[in-house]
Amino acid sequence: MMSPGASAELPALSPWRLAEMAAALLALDGAAIGGLTLRAPAGPVRDRFLARLATLSGDMRLLRMPAGIGDARLLGGLDLTATLAAGRPVGERGLLAEADGGIVVIAMAERLEIGTAARLAAVIDAGAVAVERDGLALTIPTRFGVVAVDEGLSEEEQLPAALADRLALRIDLTALSHRDIESDSLCAADIAAARARPAAAIADDMLASLCTAAFALGIDSFRAALQAVKVARLSAALFGREVVAEADASLAAALVLAPHATRLPAVPEDAPEQQPDTEGDAPPEEGEAASGETPRDLDDLVFAAARAALPAGLLARLLAAGGRVKARAAGRAGQMQKVARRGRVIGSKAGDLRGAAKLDVVETLRAAAPWQKLRRGEAAMAGREGLIVRREDFRVARYKQRSETATLFVVDASGSSALQRLAEAKGAVRLLLAECYVRRDEVALIAFRRSEAEIVLPPTRSLVAAERALAGLPGGGATPLATAIQAAGALADAVRRKGRTPALVFMTDGRANIDRAGRQGRAQAQADALAAARGLRGEGFNAILIDTSPQPQPQAAEIAAAMGGLYLPLPQADAAGVGRAVGLALAAAR
Amino acid sequence: MDGLLDHADVVGQVLRHDEGGHAETERSSAPTRKRAPAAKREPAAKAGGRPPPFPFSAIVAQEEMKRALLLAAIDPTIGGVLIFGDRGTGKSTAVRALAALLPPMRAVLGDPYNGAPQAGARGQKTHLVPVPVVDLPLGATEDRVVGALDLEKALVSGEKAFQPGLLARANRGFLYIDEANLLEDHLVDVLLDVAASGENVVEREGLSIRHPARFVLVGSGNPEEGELRPQLLDRFGLSVEVATPGDLPTRIAVVKRRDAYDRDPHGFAAQWRAADAALGRKLVAARKRLAMVETSDAALGRVAELCLHLGTDGLRGELTLMRAARAFAALEGDAGIADSHIRSVAPIALRHRLRRNPLDEAGSTVRIERALAEMFGP
Repeated sequence: MMSPGASAELPALSPWRLAEMAAALLALDGAAIGGLTLRAPAGPVRDRFLARLATLSGDMRLLRMPAGIGDARLLGGLDLTATLAAGRPVGERGLLAEADGGIVVIAMAERLEIGTAARLAAVIDAGAVAVERDGLALTIPTRFGVVAVDEGLSEEEQLPAALADRLALRIDLTALSHRDIESDSLCAADIAAARARPAAAIADDMLASLCTAAFALGIDSFRAALQAVKVARLSAALFGREVVAEADASLAAALVLAPHATRLPAVPEDAPEQQPDTEGDAPPEEGEAASGETPRDLDDLVFAAARAALPAGLLARLLAAGGRVKARAAGRAGQMQKVARRGRVIGSKAGDLRGAAKLDVVETLRAAAPWQKLRRGEAAMAGREGLIVRREDFRVARYKQRSETATLFVVDASGSSALQRLAEAKGAVRLLLAECYVRRDEVALIAFRRSEAEIVLPPTRSLVAAERALAGLPGGGATPLATAIQAAGALADAVRRKGRTPALVFMTDGRANIDRAGRQGRAQAQADALAAARGLRGEGFNAILIDTSPQPQPQAAEIAAAMGGLYLPLPQADAAGVGRAVGLALAAAR
Repeated sequence: MDGLLDHADVVGQVLRHDEGGHAETERSSAPTRKRAPAAKREPAAKAGGRPPPFPFSAIVAQEEMKRALLLAAIDPTIGGVLIFGDRGTGKSTAVRALAALLPPMRAVLGDPYNGAPQAGARGQKTHLVPVPVVDLPLGATEDRVVGALDLEKALVSGEKAFQPGLLARANRGFLYIDEANLLEDHLVDVLLDVAASGENVVEREGLSIRHPARFVLVGSGNPEEGELRPQLLDRFGLSVEVATPGDLPTRIAVVKRRDAYDRDPHGFAAQWRAADAALGRKLVAARKRLAMVETSDAALGRVAELCLHLGTDGLRGELTLMRAARAFAALEGDAGIADSHIRSVAPIALRHRLRRNPLDEAGSTVRIERALAEMFGP
């Protein structure tokens, strides 16, 4: 562990000082380190921080970018007004090209769409905007830092990972009040002076320490370690050092590594935390291979800095997620229904008017405008006048809406779940169905007993169909849990393909006794059920397991954990209780 | 005027991309005209001071990804590479590095589609051009992808002329889509169509243009952001899964090299120039050898057996596996396809072709490894 002297030498920075350092590094060379994810609600602290950033940036431009920005404004394209006025194509720079040398501030970045984030990421990576739009083919070099202001309240509302991965710095001002604001310790002149200095060098063992810390904190992306190295260099430049010092590495650990952590670092024992080289992986070079022998105290120092800066909620989240912070459920935002007929207009595309597509009149006229001169020449011969719109100009509006939820109930109808439980499950489904009818959500029911799982009720909004299916549901027999989980996964997948978000509600005691192959045997059945549950986790579905046994069962909790779902022991639940619990859990998951 | 590029700027850049481009119009009365001289692109690119890409041979680990890209470059008929996996593992880096590795190709002078010189055609002027590696950026509009009427000519002189798009530029080269799973559906449709036929057909404003568009499709993406459409998935010959290397020394080496490159791209590239050149020569030799690599009935039998065993759909899997194994044999300098070649390329050639069983905990890779172990022994 760290030596007692180390922490005395490098006093931990207060949260505000840390934030100020982040602002300074951003002002120094935001483009080199991507930028900053700023988690902070609107308020005096955030305003003060952004004001500090503006002061330190000196004459750099701060451009605000709304989260819902369209491609034309973001990337650039044809300036139609100017084009028509000039009678020749005139391009318009997008915001990212304008931002060259400055800082882009994204408001409400948690609302940013994955596609927009990916476009931004591509521009950051390439150091240029590639415009292939409206007949223009341009490559405009641009370098800028990004401040993504994240006001997300829940874990679900987060900056898209594609962008978050590119932004080195992360600070959280949520817990700070205006009393925590300290006097300024840096000024724009410091930044300007640092800019004039040559880049600081970094010793191999220091670089190795930062990589080791990133590894120990479970950070998979190489970008974080690389960014930490860059941040350490910038920090050295800021303080006038020619070589990266321990303080710089500590700052990089606190600002870059700790906030990206996905697991708590194991306390380093005597054995270095390093896997033996596997045969195929010959160490590429002498100098690089030797880096495992980093002095321990240096590693400890970086660790200590990272550990001190670990977000307070990490432990709680780790516990909740069973050891590892769960990645954001796969493709959540990607689940938005693209072929919608209502919802928010997200743009238009070329298309014809067959089907129920809706013409985007303005975009159609825009598309037709540049060609008028050409067409008029042809039309004059045919004796026609006026605006000439052709089929290839037609633009149809594209809509996007939050996908609807389909709740899939997977009900244990076996003998081990008493018949009374089945009645409760039926009641709960009825209640939820009534609710779903109002919300226009769907409900499906899978029942499993003996050796099979049966879709008793395919996804539907129909109350009548549901009632009929429920009434005819028999009970009794063995518990083929693995088969049921498998069937539920397949149905959920089908539901997702239709553009809806499936939520799985299992109602079982978790005591499987039929394995996947249909054979009797508790041990194999349980192992199969766990395997199937883990497979489900990989799909990233929302899942809830309601333990229906009179006494909560460890098996049920295990299966819930394996599928990454919520475990609700409801020994005494009645239909209303189950309905309420599911409603709450689903609302929380949304 | 703030926010507006001046006209010369825009047009200059447009022309730079379509060097010497003129339309090949069929059934069109519009005259075709020569455009800017072909030499414009190179100096402009150098004047911009764009750093050289990260050298291919400096990429640490990720052997599967590197191999897949090399195989696709040796035999374009393998049909492209899909690279899916963790963020920050150098997917884009590898593709751009490959572009720098490829030896230049001979093309007909002034042909906007980089057409290959025809055998026996006299008086045809040709020149050496870099193999195109064209980026299809997210946010590209359809007119730029497939090509459309030249806007400037339409506006200024009311004239119809075809302005080739990205598909034309990618002919005989590579078309790279980063974040392929985020590509707009209507663009995916176009790509599927063109990739299947090797020809791009544009019908617009009475223009009817057909031009060759044969390219190796390279896509990359992150599965967290959504799945790829099955039809598009099927179009890729090889599929690579990239993950962050697990061991610390490799990770340190990656960060160190990348940091060295970022600080001094030219110096770093110079250090690796010899290694890249050697790899480039190996690639050229493999291409030459490809036609001579013997494909024995025994090898074909092995390929068929493996595909049957794994239950891959259709014949595409077998064909791709056979071609990939042959390209790998050529790369290794071997005279015929041996079991070791099949074994090495089976995961990348078949991984995305197995019937998906979302609840089978063992992923496709594990299933292939298992089948290989059963067939070839441990």
